[in-house]
This record gives sequence, structure tokens and C-alpha cells, in this order.
Amino acid sequence: MKRTIPLLISAVTGFVLIGTAFIPKFVDWGNTAMAWFNILAAFAFILGGGNLLKMQLQKISAQQPGWGYAAVTLIAFFITLFVGLFKVGVHPNINAAELPWSGDFLEEGSAFWWLFEYIFYPLSATMFALLAFYISSAAFRAFRAKNTEATILLVIAVIVLLGRTYAGEWLTGSWLPEEPIMGFKEVYYSDFRLPHLSQIIMDVFTTPGMRAITIGIALGVASTSLKVLLGVDRSYLGSDQEA
Amino acid sequence: MKQSTLIWTILMVAGGGFLLFQTIDKKSGRVYVRDVPVEAKSSVEGAEQAVEWTKTQVVPEAEKDQPGVKVGLSRTIGLWVAALCTLAIFSFLYGDNPIYKFTESVFVGVSAGYAMVVAFWSEIIPNLFGKLFPIQARDIFFLELNEGEMTANLWYLIPLAMSVLLLLRLSPKGSWLARWPLAFFIGATAGIRLISYLEADFVGQLQNTIMPFVVFGADGNWQIVESLKNTIIIVGVVSCMVYFFFSIEHEGFVNYVSRLGVWFLMVTFGASFAYTVMGRIALLSGRLDFLFHNWLGIGL
Repeated sequence: MKRTIPLLISAVTGFVLIGTAFIPKFVDWGNTAMAWFNILAAFAFILGGGNLLKMQLQKISAQQPGWGYAAVTLIAFFITLFVGLFKVGVHPNINAAELPWSGDFLEEGSAFWWLFEYIFYPLSATMFALLAFYISSAAFRAFRAKNTEATILLVIAVIVLLGRTYAGEWLTGSWLPEEPIMGFKEVYYSDFRLPHLSQIIMDVFTTPGMRAITIGIALGVASTSLKVLLGVDRSYLGSDQEA
Repeated sequence: MKQSTLIWTILMVAGGGFLLFQTIDKKSGRVYVRDVPVEAKSSVEGAEQAVEWTKTQVVPEAEKDQPGVKVGLSRTIGLWVAALCTLAIFSFLYGDNPIYKFTESVFVGVSAGYAMVVAFWSEIIPNLFGKLFPIQARDIFFLELNEGEMTANLWYLIPLAMSVLLLLRLSPKGSWLARWPLAFFIGATAGIRLISYLEADFVGQLQNTIMPFVVFGADGNWQIVESLKNTIIIVGVVSCMVYFFFSIEHEGFVNYVSRLGVWFLMVTFGASFAYTVMGRIALLSGRLDFLFHNWLGIGL
């Protein structure tokens, strides 16, 4: 029962949603299933928060190395949760002044908005920006024109990088004239300027690779989905010992 | 004291001194605001105007001397917090350090709290509470519901029950029950993805690839460049697909075609890498612009 019911639930849900694409009668069922899916996804965030709470409390109670940082995480978590759930600093909706909960929880000037604007956004943007240093340093160490394939990758990366910045225009903008190449009415010398070259690479040479990868992904997703729905792949249920 | 520590200490002190100078002398790191009155009305028909309050509006620094303009305290503190958080994250470039770890911990806590609050207010309240208790949802949270939505939809007890079961994942004994909502989740994802990927990615991409090798313009002339572009794309897609086709040995002619496919893939990876680098650099320049322009008031 511990494994049969979940298999049945996933199969029924999946096939109903597939059916919505082919049978108009199922469209409402599909919309309902999607609404339920979104509600469950919202609860999954609450589950995530609960799990974070559990892990950090375990760390603190066991006084593991770095438990002080776990306490900082918990304090930040609770403050965010409190100001967000109780809409601290939010004014009521302009059309329902007598309802204190009617305002938008992300209203500009509220405490939750402040946390987003001045802590969450700067920290997440800087975290990702930090990758610029590491990606550049990794590329500098790893990129070597060892064989034909590596050379193609290196050359294309350099052309696109230069072509998409002002450097490309500065390097090739002036000395490649806008004149047709002898014998070719449609091809100009200026087509070999780095910005234009970069555009051609993106439009013509990158498209086949992306297309083949996308087709491969689509086939992979379709086959994995079918395996899950038919009960061939049950890995998401975990092991029996886990239950 | 180690030489590197000494150098960093001198740099930090110099940086701090520069900040103090910028703040005191140049009056940077301040946000100027103006109060704007707001008149709110009651949602109850016939009731008189209920509440009035003021909201703050950010004004450019150039207008700071105008009447009614003042330093916005909470936004100014926010600006400094954001700047110090940014610097704390950048401190990781020097190495893993307590300032970075502290900020990272704050980030984890705030992110988890943020996700939960957004899920609660944007999904659970309107789409679960609003369906089960529409009258209360309208009266308490001012949800704008149509006449047809004013009766409770008891079908939504099912996602409510599944959500409770999902939370049982945290309990040691009842965690197996969390498999039921998880199965619904997996089944729904599989069902949606199967159709959407096949439709948009598989069929769509194949359709886009079926195009003429030889292109003629409206005047009947042969368009050499367009024909060449189409040919490259078709040959490229076919050769890449041949490379991904592992059921036959890559020998002889197939080997040559798949080798060509690898070259096309290398072009794709090179361009993708360049794009990723540029995206990160753009984010980095955004953060530097924030530090220099918004915080320190240095024009770039």
C-alpha cells in the first residue's frame, strides 16, 4: 500500500493532464489539477522552511562547529517571516481602508519590502556576480587550444565576447569598409566586423547545436515522464527502509 | 603581524577613511524623500472616508534643497545595509571569512522566509483559503471575487489534505504519507512536461528546421546568403543529431558527419560560455554601479 497508492496517484494525475491536450472534456480537470499543483508547491516552500528550522536547531543543540551562524540564519528567518506574515508597515488597500490586512504584502515602504530591497536582492545579485571572477579564472586556466574542437570553442567564445561589447566595434569598426567583396554582391567587408560576425554565429552556427540539444532534451523528458507514469521508474518514492 | 594582514589592514583603514570623507564632506550615502498624503476610502458602501496616511516618494539628489524634501531614514539605513552586505559578499574573494559567513547565513534565513511569505500571500491565501472560505477571504483580505466564486469549493479540501500530508515529511513516523502528495507532484510535472516539451521543443524545433535549401526572392532571384544560412542550419542539425545517435557505430561516413556535429556543438558551447560570462559581468557591473553611484555618489 505504501508504494501502490503513490504510483496510482502519479499515474492518474499524469494521464489526466496528458488527456487535457487531446480531450476537450478534460480541460477543466487539467486546470483544477494545475491549481492543486500550485497550492502544493506553495506548501513545499513551507516544508522547506520547516526543514531549515529543524536542521539549524539540531546544529545549535548539538553545538556543532559554526552553530552561531545557524542562530544568525534562524534569527533572519524569523524576522523575515514575522514582518512578512503580519504585513508590518503595510497600509491597507486604498479602496478598503477599514481592513488592515487588505494591503499588498510587498508594498513599497513596508518592512518586508525593505528586507527584499536592501538585503535579499543585493545579496543574491552579488552572490551571482561573484561567479564572474571564478568563471573567468576557471576559463583562463582551462581554455587551451589543444585540438580542433577546443580551438573552435575558444575562438567562438572570444569572437562572441568581443562582438557583444564595445571592444568589437573599436577593434574592427573602422578598417572594414561597407563595400561588397569582389564577385559577391550580397557579402560586404563590413560583415566581418566582430559585432556582425558574433550575430551571424548566434543566428546561423549556434542554432543547429541548440536545436539538436533541445530535441534531445524533449525526447529525454518525454521518455522519463512515461517511465514515471507507467511505474517503471519509482526512484522518487525512495526505499522501503526510508518509510 | 603577517605582511598580507598588514597590507589588508592598511587598505581597510584607507577604505574606511574614504567612506567617512564621502559621507561627511560629500554627503553621499543618503536617500532623499518627500511625503505624499494618501486618502483612503472604505469598501463599505455609504461609510465615510476612513483613514489618511502619508507615503514617502524618493526624489533625486539634485532636488534635495527643495521644500518638503528630507533624508529618508529607513531608506538611507537600507542603502548602507545593502552596500555593506555587497562588500561582505565580495570579501569572499580574499578568502572564506567570518564576515562572509555571517552575511551568507543572513541570506539563507531571509531567502527561506521570503519564499514562505510569498507562497503564503500569493498562493495559499487567494487560491486555497479564498476557495474554501470565500466570504471570510473577501472580508478579511479584500480578495476581489466574482459572484460565482462566493460559494465554498469543497474540492479544495483535497489539496489542503495533501498539503498537510506533505508537511508530515518532517515527522519521523508519518513521513511515508508524504509520498502521496509527492506522487501527485511528480505525476503532474510528468504530465505537463511530456506534452509541453514534445509540442514546443520536439515538434517545434523540427518544424523550424524543415526549410528550403534554395531560397528565391520575390523578384525570382536566387538568394545566395539565405540559401547558405538554411543549408548550414539543416546540415548542422542533422549532423548534431547523428552525433547524439549512439545506436550505430560512428565509423566511416557516419564518423565524418558526427565529427561535423561535434564542431557545431563546440560553436554552441563557445557562444553559450561567452553569454554566461557576459551575464555575470553585467551583474558585477550592476553591483559596482550600485556601490559607486548609488552609495558613494561617484558619477560613472
